[in-house]
This record gives sequence, structure tokens and C-alpha cells, in this order.
Amino acid sequence: MSKEKKSQTVQTTGHAWDGDIQEFNNPLPTWWIWGFYITVVFAIVYWFLYPAWPVGDSYTKGMGNTVEYTTKEGEVVVTHWTTRALYQKEMQAAREQQAVQLAKYSKLSFDEIKKDDAMRAYAISVAKVLFADNCAACHQPGGAGLISMYPSLVDDDWIWGSDYKQIETSIRSGRKGVMPSFSKTLNEKQIDDVAYYVLNYSSKQNDFARVKNGKEIFNTNCAACHTQKGIGNIQLGAANLTDKIWTVAGITAKMKDKDKINSIKQVIKNGIAREMPGWENRFSDLEIKMLTFYVNELGSKQ
Amino acid sequence: MSDSALYIDKRVPVFPRSVKGFYRNLKTAILILAYGVYFLLPWIPWQRGQGPSQTILFDIVNRRFYIFDLTVYAQDIFWLAGFLIIGAFLLFYITGILGRVFCGYFCFQTLWTDVFIAIERMVQGERNKRIKLANQEWNGRKIFLIATTWILWVLVSFWTGLSFTLYWGEANQLIIDFFTGQAPFPAYATTLFLTATTLVMAGLAREQVCTYMCPYARFQGAMFDKDTVVVAYDSIRGERDNGRLKPDKQNLPAQYRTENEIGDCIDCGYCVQVCPVGIDIRDGIQYQCITCALCIDACNNVMDAVKYPRGLISYTSESNIEGQKGAAWLKPKNLGYAAIILVTSITLIYSMLNKSQIELHVKQVRQPLYIQLSDGQVQNRYDLKVFNKKQTAIELEIGITGLPGAQLDVRPAKRFNVASGESFVLNARVAINPKSLSVDYQEFSFVLKTIDNEESITVSAQHFLPN
Repeated sequence: MSKEKKSQTVQTTGHAWDGDIQEFNNPLPTWWIWGFYITVVFAIVYWFLYPAWPVGDSYTKGMGNTVEYTTKEGEVVVTHWTTRALYQKEMQAAREQQAVQLAKYSKLSFDEIKKDDAMRAYAISVAKVLFADNCAACHQPGGAGLISMYPSLVDDDWIWGSDYKQIETSIRSGRKGVMPSFSKTLNEKQIDDVAYYVLNYSSKQNDFARVKNGKEIFNTNCAACHTQKGIGNIQLGAANLTDKIWTVAGITAKMKDKDKINSIKQVIKNGIAREMPGWENRFSDLEIKMLTFYVNELGSKQ
Repeated sequence: MSDSALYIDKRVPVFPRSVKGFYRNLKTAILILAYGVYFLLPWIPWQRGQGPSQTILFDIVNRRFYIFDLTVYAQDIFWLAGFLIIGAFLLFYITGILGRVFCGYFCFQTLWTDVFIAIERMVQGERNKRIKLANQEWNGRKIFLIATTWILWVLVSFWTGLSFTLYWGEANQLIIDFFTGQAPFPAYATTLFLTATTLVMAGLAREQVCTYMCPYARFQGAMFDKDTVVVAYDSIRGERDNGRLKPDKQNLPAQYRTENEIGDCIDCGYCVQVCPVGIDIRDGIQYQCITCALCIDACNNVMDAVKYPRGLISYTSESNIEGQKGAAWLKPKNLGYAAIILVTSITLIYSMLNKSQIELHVKQVRQPLYIQLSDGQVQNRYDLKVFNKKQTAIELEIGITGLPGAQLDVRPAKRFNVASGESFVLNARVAINPKSLSVDYQEFSFVLKTIDNEESITVSAQHFLPN
């Protein structure tokens, strides 16, 4: 039907330039025109409902679109519609939701958290973020630490103890790892022998005279902290010298004994002075609890 | 065009006349089938071990789709790509051979417009009455008829929109929530939006959707060839040398027409009146034609009445008209389409039937890559994620193989339960004495078994030593 009505001659707009230049007419469908009008109306309605026009150094705020939210600091803010306010509102809702979940943890013991798979997984994911933000700078993101500087938290050797209580004390009050320098107390030969003896704890050496000599020097100078058996003392943060883990001397399994001894000698000569700050004032009790649980889980127990 | 403004092409309203015939019946049957599926599917219960008892449910909140016995998780999204590939090529394939059958019989625009026109006819009467009504002055009767039509249109549109929404929630509950004002906002928004679009597209825009909006309508020409089936008017028989002629007593007999070279077309205009897109098929193939075949029904009815042979307007093809017999199905193009459809379908079905019901992902912890333990062993850590796609909860056990002498420590436990549709995260710690390994890193495997030993999954991993 529309086909019948369309005339066969070419339609023009009726405009003519230079006498004979004409413009073809290619009319728009009605539905398209209406779509255009609707967008115009939409824009005008939008101006009234949302922030739209700049006025001086301010702008029109829109009507009936207030957004209210509480900031992290507890301040109540009432503002006109903005995406930032909506974001803050969502963050507020997320905080409230998280608080409900976190509140459950204050009543639970560590063992109860550990037994409940869901609670355990949530605690770990919360603590992982805290760890990454606060602890990873020294202890590294995976908790491996840096040899001679920051202890590894992932192995099974605990300088200050692996109990929840001991870990909590470490986080809360910090730790001071101090070993005096023996470069003036002992001469080169003595240091050499005592280093030989220290290596003998974890990997048996053959020179019995040197071991014997070293043992005497060790018992006099070192055993107060490291004990005569060399197993260390977690009360003092004295490392266990009998296992294969070296926390300060840069020793790896594939090194030659001579290099290992040199590495041990460096520690004896220089001493140790490292410190972890206390976090009591920077973390909430719940955060310390989460981190304590996480650090314990990080470590290996055999 | 005289009633149009200069820059606006005013639509000429189309008032399709009803027609009876084979293709009309076919269209009606397809319409009933399609409506039956669309409107009833959310209401049909379906028992499954876990999840809602609804045949089809697209659960956006929990990120899983329930389709009969199939549960589709977010990670199965590539199936959608498979479906789209099949859908697209099926359309190309069918279009190449049968032309626009999708447009004419299956497209929702055609189906809903058909229903809207039927409502219009039911309330306002046949074509001539509707034209008269549209052109007459407004009075009580006109207001009543138009209002009744619109009310029925709105009801159909609303039920269309609501039915769509029901696919995305548990229908039995959602419909109660919907009418008591407790449904979530998106349910109302979706229903409102689809009610509005249905009303506008099927009630007002109609053939303009096909002519102006639909991209498929515009590119389908590229898929046509000489053998493609189209609806066409046999102009040789219809016009002959002396053109079509309205019948009178003298020229009505078929023999008279042939002898005097008068066309078989009696110019009754029935084919034009029934056309839902408002074209005259006798002008040749036109891009507006959706091949709904109603003009074939109309013309056949007329041919029967005047006792001429049927088929003046018929499904035919260019090569058919030229007297060639084309083998449309055996063209390389169509065989290629068929091959793609076949391969994709087989791949998709195979993937659906053989999808692993239990998934295990192993990720090596690389910070640190290895850990020196106090007894001299070297430990590596792995984050494991187990996903249970079964309809029931399962009890599983994790172990390792290929690393003799190694110790496995799993947090929280080696044996664990995973609820249906849930995932479970484990941290596995594998320690081994470095002296028992001759290389710096050793391949081994994690083995995840169901407690009843019926299923097991093996995923390989590496164990690294300090270098």
C-alpha cells in the first residue's frame, strides 16, 4: 500500500540553488522523529532531577534526590545525588555487613575458629589483607621474610614460639632480637672454633679437637641464651641452632662447610640487633586476633 | 506522500485482511506451540536433587542457570558461545536455502504482531470495518472499540513481560511477591520495560521493525542465491501479453484468457489486503517481504474460486522460474554451513554430557616457592580449589602420587565435604627430603577421589628445590 502511494518521480525538498541545484528529500520515519522528541523530553526531566547545569561557581543540584550515608569515622553526610555518595553508601552497607560477620569472632576461641571450615576461611581472607597492608613490607607477602633481617613465618622454626598466646604477644608488644657482638670478647681462633661447633649441631663435623674447643667457648659465652644443647630459648628469642633452618646466617643446604662457617662467624662477630615494633595501638583486638590465627596457620608444624 | 510533512515519512497504516489456508494454519500451529512453550515453561515443575524445582530458571543471584537436568555455572559460559554459533549458522543455512522462513514463521516480532492483529480483528472487525473505523470521526463507539483493543493489547503485553521475568526467579513465589509489591525492583523494571516494548513493537511499530530496525532483514539479501526459496508472483502467467484483468462473464473462463493472452491475475487485490507489511507481491521480490506466505493462501483461495490452477503466487526460486533445477542443498556454501553446525553441535553436546562434575584447580604458591624445614626437608605449597557441580554433597579425599617419600599436610583436612554447587579451598603442603630427588624440580600429581572411589581427578603439579 505504501508502495502504491509513493510517487515514481524523485522527491526534492523544493529548495533550489543556482537555479537548478536541488536537494533530494529522504524523509525520516515517524517513529524515528518521535524517538528524537522523547530524548528531548527526557533531557529536560533529567535537568530537574539530577545535577545538570553549571551556575556561577556552583551547579544545579536536582530535586528530591538526597543521599544520606555515614562515613567510616561515623560522620553523617546528607548530600544531593552523586555517584560518589552512592559509592559511600555502598561502602557503609558493606562495613555494616562485615561488622556482623566479624562480631562472631570475638566470642570464638582459636580452636573453634580452626574447626569451623567457613569461619577459618573467612578469618584467613580477612587477615591476609591485614597482613599484606601491615606486615608484608618486612615479612614479605608470602610470609617468607628475608634472611638475616626479618624472620620467616612459613617454616616450622619459631624464634619466639608458635602458640597463639606467644604469637599474640609478638604482634601486640613487638620483639627485640638482640645478640651481642663477640668480636672483642673472643679472638679469631676462638670465633673460628665456636662457629665450627655451632655448625656441628646441625651437620656433624670431623675435627673433634676443634669441636671440643668450640664447645668450651660456646658453653661459657653462648649457652646462657642458646642453652648447652643449642636448642635456643623462645623466652629470649634465642634461635635453635640444632635444626637445618638458619634465621640470620645466610646459609643454604648446598653451600660448602667452609662458607657456612664463614657465614656463622659473621653473625658471631657482628651480633644481632633487630626489632619488630609493637602493633597494639595500630590494630584493634579483633584484628590482632585474626592476624594471630593467620600467622599460626602460615607456619608449618611437623 | 501528500499527507506527510516534508522531512517526515508518515507511515501508511496497514490493515491486514484475514485469510484461511494451509500456510495460515501452519503459522497458527507454530504460534500456539511457541506461546505454549514461552508462557508455560516457567510453571512446569522439574525435580532435581539440589536447586529449585522449576524447568527453566536463570538464577542470576547464585550465578547458575537451571535448564531441565542441566545446571550451568558461570564457568560454562562458553556453551553460550556454542549456542550462538549454532543459532547464527542455522539462520544463515536456512536463509540460504529457504529464504526468510524465520521472519515469516518464527520471529517473535511476527508472532506477537499476528496476535495483536487478531485482537484488533476480534474487537473491531474485518479489514474494511477497521479502515472505516480508523477514518471516521471520534464517537462513543469508536472510543469503546479502540479502548477495548488497547486494554487487551496491554494485558497481552503485560503477561508477556511478566512471563519473561518469571524465568529469572522461582515463578510460584515471584508471582505472589510481584502482586503484593514485595518483588525486587529489577522484576518490576523488567516487566514494565518488556510490557512497553511489546506494546510499541507489536501494537504500533509492527512492520516498521522489520523494515527499519531489524539488521537481519537487511543483510539476509547477502545470503540469497538463485536457488533460495522466495514467495513470488508468476508474472508470465499472471500478466501474459495483455496484462491482468478484472473478471467479467466473458473473460472469466481460463481458456478465453489463454487464447486472448490475458493474464490469470484477476486483480482482486486479495494478496495485497492480507499482507502484514503492506506491499504488493506482484511488484516482485521486495526487502519488506517477510515471506509469511499469506498472499499464497489468499491467491490460492481466489484461484480455486475462479477454477484456475493454483500457484499464481507460490514458494519458488529464481532458478525455478527460469526453468532450471538447482540443487540448493548441495552448494559448497550450504554444505559449509551444515558442517559448522554439525561440528559445533557435536562439540557442545559432547561437552555437556561429559562435563566433569567435580573440578580441581591447583595453583602453586610462589611466594616463597620453597620452604626449608628444620629437619632438612623442603616444602612446597599449593592452593587447591575444589568445585562440586553435582546435585548432591560429596565427600572427597586428596592425595599425591609420583613423589615417593613426600609428606602431605593439608589444611584444613585431607578428607572434606563439599556441598552441591559449592567450592572448597585447601592449602596443601608437600615436604620431601631433597636428597631423595636428583633434579631441581619434580613433576607429581594431586589425586582427588570420592570416598567411594568411584570418581577421581588427577591434576599435575611441580615440586621445586632450592637451587
